[in-house]
Amino acid sequence: MASIDIANIQKSYGVHPVLHDVDLKIRDGEFVVLVGPSGCGKSTLLRMIAGLESVTGGEIRIAGKRVNELAPKDRDIAMVFQSYALYPHMSVARNMSYSLRLRKTPKERIATVVTGAAAKLGLEPLLERRPKALSGGQRQRVAMGRAIVRQPKAFLFDEPLSNLDARLREQMRAEIKKLHKDLGATSIYVTHDQIEAMTLADRIVAMNAGVVQQVGSPLDLYDRPANLFVAGFIGSPGMNFFEGTSRAGDRPLFEIAGDIGIPLDAPPPLANNAQATLGIRPEHIVLAGHGPETLLATVDLVEPTGFGIILHLSLGRAGFKVFTNDRSFLTASGTVPVHFPAHSLHFFDSEGNRV
Amino acid sequence: MRAKSVFLTVAHRLAILAYIAFALFPLFWLLKVAVTPNDLLYSEGIRLWPSRASLEHFDFVLRHSAFPVFFRNSLIVSGSTAVVVTILASLSGYALSRFRFRGKYWLVTLMLLTQMFPLVMLVAPIFKILSPLGLTNSLTGLVIVYSAFNVPFATFLMQSFFDGIPKDLEEAAMIDGATQFVAFRQIILPLTLPGIAATLGFVFTAAWSELLFSLMLISGNDQATFPVGLLSFVSKFSVDFGQMMAAGVLALIPACLFFLLIQRYLVQGLTAGAVKG
Ligand SMILES: Nc1ncnc2c1ncn2[C@@H]1O[C@H](COP(=O)(O)OP(=O)(O)OP(=O)(O)O)[C@@H](O)[C@H]1O
Ligand SMILES: [Mg+2]
Repeated sequence: MASIDIANIQKSYGVHPVLHDVDLKIRDGEFVVLVGPSGCGKSTLLRMIAGLESVTGGEIRIAGKRVNELAPKDRDIAMVFQSYALYPHMSVARNMSYSLRLRKTPKERIATVVTGAAAKLGLEPLLERRPKALSGGQRQRVAMGRAIVRQPKAFLFDEPLSNLDARLREQMRAEIKKLHKDLGATSIYVTHDQIEAMTLADRIVAMNAGVVQQVGSPLDLYDRPANLFVAGFIGSPGMNFFEGTSRAGDRPLFEIAGDIGIPLDAPPPLANNAQATLGIRPEHIVLAGHGPETLLATVDLVEPTGFGIILHLSLGRAGFKVFTNDRSFLTASGTVPVHFPAHSLHFFDSEGNRV
Repeated sequence: MRAKSVFLTVAHRLAILAYIAFALFPLFWLLKVAVTPNDLLYSEGIRLWPSRASLEHFDFVLRHSAFPVFFRNSLIVSGSTAVVVTILASLSGYALSRFRFRGKYWLVTLMLLTQMFPLVMLVAPIFKILSPLGLTNSLTGLVIVYSAFNVPFATFLMQSFFDGIPKDLEEAAMIDGATQFVAFRQIILPLTLPGIAATLGFVFTAAWSELLFSLMLISGNDQATFPVGLLSFVSKFSVDFGQMMAAGVLALIPACLFFLLIQRYLVQGLTAGAVKG
């Protein structure tokens, strides 16, 4: 196991910059998840750590040692590909033992290690099969098995679960978490599934367009998103945003389009008349009256999800969503009272940064 | 509805049958003439099968002509060419498929250009090049010339097979601890066996049936290949059709054997290449 230091990494393809000054220190044994929209450079960063892409600028250190110029085979890391990349002409056992055979590990040791890994992943009955004869979930396990047979300095995962169906994905997610608890291996995991990110990560790195937006624990990103991008990216259904102006006074308000004032329980961290964006998560909006100035929102749509209900509401021209577990809203129509509790509000300045 | 589908199936099969008959008829005729005794050749020229068949032509060709020598020469030349070209094309096709390097575009263009020349134009220059090197009238010279002509196309063929193999596989191998070359040998090459078989087959048949250069570069019977040998049945005043056809039938055997050997990979290979375009 080892720490990974990424210092001011840049990457360009020709003249197109893909990563801008990515800076990241990953501690020994930490599970770090990279999230971000498609094309933001997650895979590129991971592949640079693996040695599959050249580094345009900056430095990567694994266990304190600079690896920029090192071939993948000399970096001692394991990687699980989105496509699994199993060797089609080798049995499961030979797929798993390939790295050990390349290192001329003694036969008896290979047998023990492969059996051990197979047991851990429930692959024992499949060891002699070819990848072609496996289901998607089984292939995924073999890919994991191939990574864990040796003790690499770090594990890299590039969307390892994205080709599985939802149920299997949930199950494998839990298994990966268990595996990490057992092995305590430094891991970097790329996904654009935010549930995976939230459940697996010690720390999440949110990226957009080749720039790191925020690094923090899952709850950090959920509770205190650093900017509009992170606020909108983490959470499902996504955070509601209202653009408007802060109005100070005895009764502070946030005024949105159509001269609608959202009453604020406490003065916002904003100057009077400042343009800003107010954010609140659908699960934090309270569907109840509150004093004489109750805000009434129009019900546009009711979406039952089984677990709860997503109400699509609007205040003037501004649409937003509310998540509730109260089934009495299944038949909601007309208007409903809404309240935005002060401690659940997020404010972002005109640049989109948290205030 | 059912009647229609039965009708369609029958029509389909008949069309295939007709095509096969059309394609194989020349081979059948070859065989037919080969077993027709000389005295019946002209009197029964258009019968589908002679009233009396014999193997006398085969006997003559095998025991009293220089044919076994031609045959051996052809085997050596075609086999060597196929192996040499396939090795070269595997390496260069891999490079074209996987590496980015300076001048790649021009290299590919150049290779395409070489495919556009009528070969007849090149006979004289090649003779001029080979003769001071002592490579005329030698099987080695033929292997070199054939290899040179076949490498570009074979390279493109192999490249399309390599293109069909996901890059992830060798990247996974490299992370597992292989160098690029080891990944190529242990992971990519085994997966390209169909492509290799197709290339071997293609080059082998091309070399096996090549006449022009063999005719021009080789004089005398010792180094002649089988297509040239066939011409020896044409004399000034007559053509020994029976013996010529018997030799032709014999010449088909190695090609058939070769394809029988590789056909398992070939079907897979040709379709794989086709899909990739
Ligand atoms: N070989 C290449 N040449 C040029 N541009 C490339 C190359 N590979 C990737 N890119 C570009 O780099 C950017 C980042 O790609 P990357 O694969 O890292 O995205 P990603 O975050 O992994 O996206 P996804 O979630 O879709 O996998 C993209 O805009 C992509 O077009
Ligand atoms: Mg990616």
